[in-house]
Amino acid sequence: MNNFSFTKALDMDTAISLTSGNDHNKLIAGGTNIIDLLKYFITEADTLVDINSIPGISKIAENETGGIRIGALVTNADTAYHAIIEEKYPLLSKAILAGASAQIRNMATNGGNLLQRTRCYYFYDIHTPCNKREPGSGCSAIQGYNRIHAILGHSESCIAVFPSDMCVALSVLDAVVHISGPEEERNVAFSDFHRLPGDTPESDNNLKRGELITAIDLPEKGFSKYYSYLKLRDRASYSFALVSVATGLDLENGLIKEARIALGGVSPKPWRVKEAEDFLKGKEPKIANFEATAQMILKGAKGFEHNRFKIELAKKAIVRNCMMALDPTSQRAGAKPSL
Amino acid sequence: MIPNFRFMANSEKHSITLQVNGHPYQLELLPWVSLLDALRENISLTGTKKGCDHGQCGACTVLIDGKRKLSCLTLAVMQEDVAITTIEGIAAEGNLHPLQQAFIDKDAFQCGYCTPGQICSAIGLLNENKANTREEVQDLMSGNLCRCGANKGIINAVMAVKQSISHE
Ligand SMILES: Cc1cc2nc3c(=O)[nH]c(=O)nc-3n(C[C@H](O)[C@H](O)[C@H](O)COP(=O)(O)OP(=O)(O)OC[C@H]3O[C@@H](n4cnc5c(N)ncnc54)[C@H](O)[C@@H]3O)c2cc1C
Ligand code: SF4
Ligand code: FES
Ligand code: FES
Repeated sequence: MNNFSFTKALDMDTAISLTSGNDHNKLIAGGTNIIDLLKYFITEADTLVDINSIPGISKIAENETGGIRIGALVTNADTAYHAIIEEKYPLLSKAILAGASAQIRNMATNGGNLLQRTRCYYFYDIHTPCNKREPGSGCSAIQGYNRIHAILGHSESCIAVFPSDMCVALSVLDAVVHISGPEEERNVAFSDFHRLPGDTPESDNNLKRGELITAIDLPEKGFSKYYSYLKLRDRASYSFALVSVATGLDLENGLIKEARIALGGVSPKPWRVKEAEDFLKGKEPKIANFEATAQMILKGAKGFEHNRFKIELAKKAIVRNCMMALDPTSQRAGAKPSL
Repeated sequence: MIPNFRFMANSEKHSITLQVNGHPYQLELLPWVSLLDALRENISLTGTKKGCDHGQCGACTVLIDGKRKLSCLTLAVMQEDVAITTIEGIAAEGNLHPLQQAFIDKDAFQCGYCTPGQICSAIGLLNENKANTREEVQDLMSGNLCRCGANKGIINAVMAVKQSISHE
């Protein structure tokens, strides 16, 4: 790590003024991503600003619109095991519990989870070109070993994926991100929070300098009856998704009233395709229909030398997960395949 | 090679007190010292191991206010006013902690390097009380790698202690 100074921000304004005044003053919450990045010299800090003492952003409570507000500083574990989340938003619990390890989830915060950076090996190796780490230096992954990389939403400058599991569920739940900053407070729809790389892959999201995530709102609809999270990876646990799928279904008289499906591990942000979800409306929840949806979601997918397998894998994972969603009790620890 | 990194000439040592295994330790530390390094280098509690230093192995697991956490991914200056428990602090008055005894009985280690982290993690798991089946115990213990492959014995040891608690 570079030599930095350290301070605890006791209120929001202090944190905001420290980071808006200097791009190299960095916030630290759980520390599980930023300390790792500092150790590799991928991130450098002048001052590390500890936000854990900021009051008011570390609770889970009902919001004004019948949904739930989860504070940015609540840990991933406390969120996943919270009684309201387990009951009304079990998809979010499952997705969180499929990520990282028990120790990391006890440290990682909800705000930090949204802002974790890619696990692209070249992003992590400061001796190789990487447009995300060093804009303009080139992308080592496009011609390199790209097994864990994107098949959707990538650009000629970057093919990295956004690695979060929690965010795949937040995408399906149409969460809203609450942000405070040097200007006015604002709320951003989850689908507008993260961004595609285009020719500026250095920004993963639309958070502006000096801004701080205060909370995440979950609308009332939690898909607590028919939901599933499936995570496919190289080991059974404690590794990032090659492909993951979150599904929430609403059924009426045996037909699909509403379907939401998001993919993780395949794109620079959780991937949803509205037409593919709309296609399922009024249809029977059966394999043939889910297969047609999967085709639509993967439309335009482009793989690279080592990750083409993800295209077929994602289609099969979508179908499997939609079937699993019909019987959530079948789900296994760590979001492994069931049924 | 270390790149041209930013250098803050005014980085100052912080005077902090860490509460480890019930004892206060007053330390003067630079801000970038991890809790793991503070425990090992400054307090000489070397039971907590450094495997990867990047959150990927679980060898550095300690209990902070009863919750299992990775000491390599947090800074010592962030851990004042909390109760830190390391492997050296789990046994009561000369008796082994039930998990320590179970690790011996169930052949749950070979080289022993991962063991302090495994045991602290297992104590955290039992505190959480979220694992009911063997598959769930395996999943919730997966944050601790064992290069020797003693995993089966480790899970057996955790299951044995878990069952003895539920029979009490
Ligand atoms: C070995 C390992 C395996 C992992 N596996 C998985 C996995 O399988 N799935 C998965 O989803 N994740 C995984 N993770 C990632 C983990 O979930 C993230 O590191 C964690 O969620 C980050 O949260 P944090 O509070 O620790 O963030 P920090 O490290 O404290 O911060 C991360 C970033 O967010 C900024 N920040 C933090 N809070 C705020 C805020 N409120 N407002 C504005 N900026 C803020 C910080 O400045 C920093 O840039 C893994 C991590 C490790 C180390
Ligand atoms: S894929 Fe993106 S993060 Fe990886 S090397 Fe290319 S530019 Fe960097
Ligand atoms: S040393 Fe901390 S997880 Fe490996
Ligand atoms: S006993 Fe050797 S690493 Fe686990």
